[in-house]
Formats: sequence, C-alpha cells, structure tokens
Amino acid sequence: MSDQAAVSDNNAGMITRVEELGYELKVGQVMTTDVVTFSPETTILEALDVIKQHRISGAPVTVDGKLVGIISMEDLIRALRDGRIDRSVSNYMSKDLITVKAMEKVVDALKIFAKTKVGRLPVVDENDKLVGLLTKGDITNGLLNALQRDYQAEEIIRYRASHLFEDIESDRTSLILRYRIIKDDFVHGGAASNNIKRALLRLGANRQIARKCGIAVYEAEMNLIIHTNNGGFLRVEIEPHKITIEAYDDGPGIEDVEKALTPGYSTATDSIREKGFGAGMGLVNIRSCVDEMNIKSSKESGTNLYMTMYLDKTES
Amino acid sequence: MCSLQTILDNIELQVLTDPLEYSEIEIQSGYTSDLLSCVMTGAKADGVWVTLIANINIVAVASLLDIPAIIITENAQPDAATIARANREGIVLLSTPVGSYQIVGRLWELGIKD
Repeated sequence: MSDQAAVSDNNAGMITRVEELGYELKVGQVMTTDVVTFSPETTILEALDVIKQHRISGAPVTVDGKLVGIISMEDLIRALRDGRIDRSVSNYMSKDLITVKAMEKVVDALKIFAKTKVGRLPVVDENDKLVGLLTKGDITNGLLNALQRDYQAEEIIRYRASHLFEDIESDRTSLILRYRIIKDDFVHGGAASNNIKRALLRLGANRQIARKCGIAVYEAEMNLIIHTNNGGFLRVEIEPHKITIEAYDDGPGIEDVEKALTPGYSTATDSIREKGFGAGMGLVNIRSCVDEMNIKSSKESGTNLYMTMYLDKTES
Repeated sequence: MCSLQTILDNIELQVLTDPLEYSEIEIQSGYTSDLLSCVMTGAKADGVWVTLIANINIVAVASLLDIPAIIITENAQPDAATIARANREGIVLLSTPVGSYQIVGRLWELGIKD
C-alpha cells in the first residue's frame, strides 16, 4: 500500500472543477472594485496613514482615474529609510506596471502572479483607466464563492427531486417509468432495474427500499429476457406512499404458477444456466422484496406480474 | 473487514478494470455463488463477490447490489463490453486462475468472515 497521500477520486473531481473555474471566471468577477487610490502628489506620510487605516499593503496611483503607478509597502519603507516622508508618492512609486483587463480569465492572472513577484495587479480598461485591483486573495475568494454557488445549485436540484411530490398538488400524483425489454437481450439486462433504482434514490427513497425495488425489478426484467416469446414491458409507478411495478408479456405464459413459486423450480435451459440464471429463485426473490405480489398467466394472453411496495412516510 | 488494497497485496489477482483508489474501497463482507438470483438475496452491499461467471450480467447485479468488487475465478474471462460496463459503473473486476473455494479461504484468512 502506498503511504503517500494520494489524491482520491473526490479530490480529483474538486481540483478539476477549480481548474475549470479558473478558465470560466473573469478577472472582473473576482477583483476588488472599491479601491483605495493615491494621486501622485499624495505625500509618503499621508499614504502611510491611509494604508495603515485601511490595512492594505499598497495602492494604485491615478490621475483622473488613469493609472500612472503603484505604490507598495516596500516603496514606502524605502522612502522612510531615506527620511523623505514629506516627498510625494510619485518619487517612489513603481511605473513599470503589469496590468490585466477585466475580461481576461482568472487563470491568466494566476500565471502572471506565478511568473512575477507582484502582490497585486491593477485592472484597467482599454484607456488605461483603473477599474479594480486584483490580489491572490481575491482569486481564492472568487473561486471559493463560485464553488459554493455550484454546491448550492446541486443541493437545489437534489432538493427539488426529493420534494417533487410535495411541490406538486393534485388529488393523486405519481411518476410512471416505462421500459421495453427485448427477448434475449442479456447485454442490456439489468439496465431498467438500475435506472429505476437510481430514480428512486434521486427521489429521496432510502437505500434499502431502492435496493429491494431494484432486485424485484431485475428478476422481473430477466424473466422477460429469458422466458418470453417477444420480450415485454416494465411499468413502474412511483407514488408518495407506494411503488407499483408491473411486468407484462404476450406469452408463452407460465404453465403452473404454483410450481413456479417453489424455490429452486426452474424451466431454464442449460445455456441459460451457464449465464448464471435459472436458479429457480426469481419469483421467490421478488416475493421476499415486495409487500404484495400477484401473477396472472395464461397461454393466450401471456403473463402479468404485479408487485407493490409500500413506503413509510418518513422514507419517501 | 479490510480494504481492497489489502486484498490485492495478499492475494494474487489480475485487475481487469481501470485503476481506482483501492485503499479507499472498504470490503465489509464476502459472498460466493454462481447463480445470480442467489447473489441477489445473499450478497450484502459493500462486499466482494467470488464467482466463475464472467458475462456482462454480473456487472448489472453488482451495480444493483452496490458490490464494489468481483473476483472471477478459474480463469474465466469477461469480454470487453463487460469490462467497459464495469468501468462505467466503477466496479472492480479481478481475475484469478484458482478456484472459488481457495479464494474464499484466502479472504477468510484476511479477516473477511461476514
């Protein structure tokens, strides 16, 4: 076993999403717009006071809104060391400016932060007018907020699904799922039952109920695949208090229903048994998973299997 | 109970599906049968299933029952479609030349007795 902290699947998903957001989010969405600025004439002393008051570590210098420089704590310290606190910031500000545009992607700003040593990037428009300021902290906050919005959106979807029945008012609300099952289609065998199980989980059913329903539907589904002449249909009706499952086909019918319900009784051929079926437990399993089971079968009209599961109010 | 990684470290098994973080897959129980309907009733969620069936239906059953790993014994080989579906469902398919009886014995020795 590897002792290294491996990235789990969950983490990997998260990282990918953050990377995606880096490409989706624009600088303008995460930057600070309420920016403290200085004019070139502001004195070092005044600048120090403002910086202390706002607890910032630097600020852009503008003339009529246009960016002309940026002054950082290091620049101010340099001025202090020179004993020039009465001089204006224009003497100490850096004029060699790296800027970004509001429409640029966050990931591009991150690349600039990685490549250079700047702590903040002024955000300017086409005319070099200052529109905001971007720090690494702004990016982190922006990404976290975006992830939070993602999470809330997902929560809302889940909430909507699990409260579907409460939100819709009618005398009788139900959701009907229908599946056509094709004779001998072993490759897709279990697809319908899996989909039904997933739908139930999505609707807020507990795992035990979803599993039992899945097993019952699977057995019915395989019966249609193995034993019918032309396949058949599955119809699952989900109501707030119960699930009704119907499986029906057009033949050949079960010769002796009583016998078919005996554990271990099977009419499966050897080739079916080789696939793992034909244990003679299908109907027996169904009966143990559902609350009510009813079979109607005749050579003329095929087999109709009815199953009902009652849901506890707290579980649905 | 042990992780799937521990099982892979102690029993020689060929992994047929795409790699996953096996140390995070906890195997809580085991079950063996080659009859799908019996597996439906007998196998528990989060357990390992030992069988010599290698066709695509084992993936459907495992997915339905939340079984994370299947050990296919006696060199039975699942086809590409079965492996692809297992990858989609996140189910680990493992293959071994030895029989189910021996494999179950080895799993028991690893402490999977439920």
